[in-house]
Amino acid sequence: MSAVLDNPIHDEHEHHGPPKGIARWLFTTNHKDIGSMYLWFSFAMFLIGGCMALTIRAELFQPGLQLVEPEFFNQMTTMHGLIMVFGAVMPAFVGLANWLIPMMVGAPDMALPRMNNWSFWILPFAFGLLLSTLFMEGGGPNFGWTFYAPLSTTYAPDTVTYFIFGVHMMGISSIMGAINVVATILNMRAPGMTLMKMPLFVWTWLITAFLLIAVMPVLAGVVTMMLMDVHFGTSFFDAAGGGDPVLFQHVFWFFGHPEVYIMILPAFGVVSQIIPTFSRKPLFGYHSMVYAVASIAILSFIVWAHHMFTVGMPLFGELFFMYATMLIAVPTGVKVFNWVTTMFRGSLTFEAPMLFSIAFVILFTIGGFSGLMLAIAPSDFQYHDTYFVVAHFHYVLVPGAIFGIFAAVYYWLPKWCGNMYSETLAKWHFWMSFVGMNLAFFPMHFLGLAGMPRRIPDYALQFADFNSISSVGAFTFGATQLLFLYLVIQAIRSGKPATDQVWEGAEGLEWTIPSPAPYHTFSTPPEIK
Amino acid sequence: MRSRLGLGALSLLLSAFYAADVSAEYGVNMTRGVTDISHSVYDLHMTIFWICVAIGVVVFGVMFYSIFKHRKSKGAVASNFHDNTTVEILWTIVPAIILIVMAIPATTVLIDMYDTSDADVDIKITGYQWKWRYEYLGQDVNFFSSLSTPKDEIYNAAQKNENYLLEVDNALVVPINKKIRFLVTANDVIHSWWVPDFAVKRDAIPGFINESWTRINEPGIYRGQCTELCGKDHGFMPVVVRAVEQAEYDDWIIQKQEQAKAAAALAALTFTLEEQMQRGEEVYLKTCAACHQPNGAGIPPAFPALKGSDIALNDIQKHIEVVVDGIAGSAMQAYGDQLSDVDIAAVVTYERNAWGNDTGENISAADVVDYRNK
Repeated sequence: MSAVLDNPIHDEHEHHGPPKGIARWLFTTNHKDIGSMYLWFSFAMFLIGGCMALTIRAELFQPGLQLVEPEFFNQMTTMHGLIMVFGAVMPAFVGLANWLIPMMVGAPDMALPRMNNWSFWILPFAFGLLLSTLFMEGGGPNFGWTFYAPLSTTYAPDTVTYFIFGVHMMGISSIMGAINVVATILNMRAPGMTLMKMPLFVWTWLITAFLLIAVMPVLAGVVTMMLMDVHFGTSFFDAAGGGDPVLFQHVFWFFGHPEVYIMILPAFGVVSQIIPTFSRKPLFGYHSMVYAVASIAILSFIVWAHHMFTVGMPLFGELFFMYATMLIAVPTGVKVFNWVTTMFRGSLTFEAPMLFSIAFVILFTIGGFSGLMLAIAPSDFQYHDTYFVVAHFHYVLVPGAIFGIFAAVYYWLPKWCGNMYSETLAKWHFWMSFVGMNLAFFPMHFLGLAGMPRRIPDYALQFADFNSISSVGAFTFGATQLLFLYLVIQAIRSGKPATDQVWEGAEGLEWTIPSPAPYHTFSTPPEIK
Repeated sequence: MRSRLGLGALSLLLSAFYAADVSAEYGVNMTRGVTDISHSVYDLHMTIFWICVAIGVVVFGVMFYSIFKHRKSKGAVASNFHDNTTVEILWTIVPAIILIVMAIPATTVLIDMYDTSDADVDIKITGYQWKWRYEYLGQDVNFFSSLSTPKDEIYNAAQKNENYLLEVDNALVVPINKKIRFLVTANDVIHSWWVPDFAVKRDAIPGFINESWTRINEPGIYRGQCTELCGKDHGFMPVVVRAVEQAEYDDWIIQKQEQAKAAAALAALTFTLEEQMQRGEEVYLKTCAACHQPNGAGIPPAFPALKGSDIALNDIQKHIEVVVDGIAGSAMQAYGDQLSDVDIAAVVTYERNAWGNDTGENISAADVVDYRNK
């Protein structure tokens, strides 16, 4: 018996594998199945949100109104933001957490497997509800993904109620997912895996999960206040009834700023796993990496009003939020320096995960620079709500969060499905995405500085050239993602079999189990030296 | 390959910003503007930009050096170092010092921007869906300013003019070399009043008044836009400011005051149905057509049709009431404050007789005054 227990490979013989058919997916409590569902779901949302972005870019290709009316344009900008943030990026990271955290800490599954199933299955309903509003009378939400009151309350279309319930459901799903991650990491690590021995992906997710638990209820609170204002005659956000529209923004951004880090910290973790592997050298400054992530997370709670420099806060408020925001550059800088130093004097190879990670570091840093510029309150009066801001947050979210997710998929896909992907196609995917993304978003810096406001369906003639370039880039980037879909399916169906370690320099528990990872792993915890 | 592309992009970026430094109309950089504050903001922007470029060159330089020199295909053997306390402390402290260097000028400029005391001219700016209202406090001058670009240009039926979407019917007129204080608020949703050349951007928030100020150094026409999403026509509510010499400004104020008197005198006259329809159509297209559409069909359910509507065909009192006082909790604003009695009478008459609403009724300014006096 003990001989069997010592060897996790034999676990699969003790169970009878997953049930067949749809029941497997509906009732599964297996972290790998749930992880896969999260990832496929988020990819579907990525394509839907992407189509909305392309609608926007098609309309903005030339000045004048050609394809859509302003009302529908506003629904597209709103839904694109909501779908990408809550439907694509966040579920993708939860999917990665599901697949990887148990394998990385040597646990047999997530700590709360039934809740795990529920967290996932809420999502299709939440987004079904949200997307259905597009087909209703009066149209879907049209007040921007930041849904500022009173545009989103007194002046909103009737479908705002569906939006509010959709957000509530996503929030419940996220909070449960986060509780699951915390419970798994704190209780189910293999013996000997102390906190400071955990892989950085696990660390970043632990901190992300705490951020989620702290701020998702704030989001739930703010949408509930909206619901009250819309249907029950309260005036939280209506000055005529003693409320304050700016209160909405304070509460929203108290959620919203940590939310930004929720979308980027797990990507930090992914990149911190991948760069050492392909540099064949341990991560530089593991401890300072952990402290930097923790500092960023703590600072994220005291910088929210930098999104609101123009609302007319008192001078001292502006100064406080400006200084606090600038401070974030310090731990973020530490992380970038550590990644670069990890590559320094390594033995580098450039497979797809590494390419996406290097692009992540460079382009995320550019996004960080524009972030630092935006932190300077007096200059922010010129940047605020222009395309400069659009450029900034797409630079941190597309090559940040999304390239991080691509890197992770390429890195761990052979472990998940047991087959290698086509490196040639993956390189095509990378270069097309890289060029398309920069073409789409770099000109937006110029547009913003030259004075183009965001969220407008039509623009003055001097913005025409850069908008055309940007649209060409966006369509290039969008079309390239179909290649990604194709090459992932190709790898799953007919890729070359992968070895257990997959990558020459890979280290960590997930690389000690077979490829593909058996349905149940680490039923007996491994021993960590 | 990768590094050549990276360096190419970097040099493109540098040259773009350099070119912008030389000639602002190239449209890739922030404007230097025409006020002392906007110059300070521009300098701050460029200082921080160049600091970022310098940091980028060092960090990416080290990175690309590794990518070239330390690749496995060139026989690089990985070393094993993974900690260095001195280096790590150093690269925490040095950025912190750089940040302090940035924060000092930023603080100075911000304090300057917040000093709204001792203004020579006070102008109240109110954002409406989707136009601006300017009131010169203590001067009895008060008017609306809305987009004047024809629909045909927007829908590509006509050649777009050079100020496409950045032109208005009534520009804000201000004197140069005077401290002008703006009191910014809104009537419905949040808007934001922005003129890049002044480096002034302030949110217009319903129920609250924000302050800002400017002192313009050069006469000219300066254009900006609403920068806070405010609904359907957010992209179609520009700001145009004409800065003129003091003498010209004084003349303009007197002229505006006389116009207001002349408009008030119209209320005593009576008009034929044709005259009413003509005036009413002008007012309708400028004020009502954005929502209710030029053909009166509206965009239901948010913006109901007027063509064949119960109110427009039957209850005259209700019709006047809706136009004067609006409908609380909906997008229908109260126009009692925005339009003169003559214009309200004309537009109500127009709505009751256009698009087949052939009631034949002619509402006079006196009818509107009667309603207001109730």
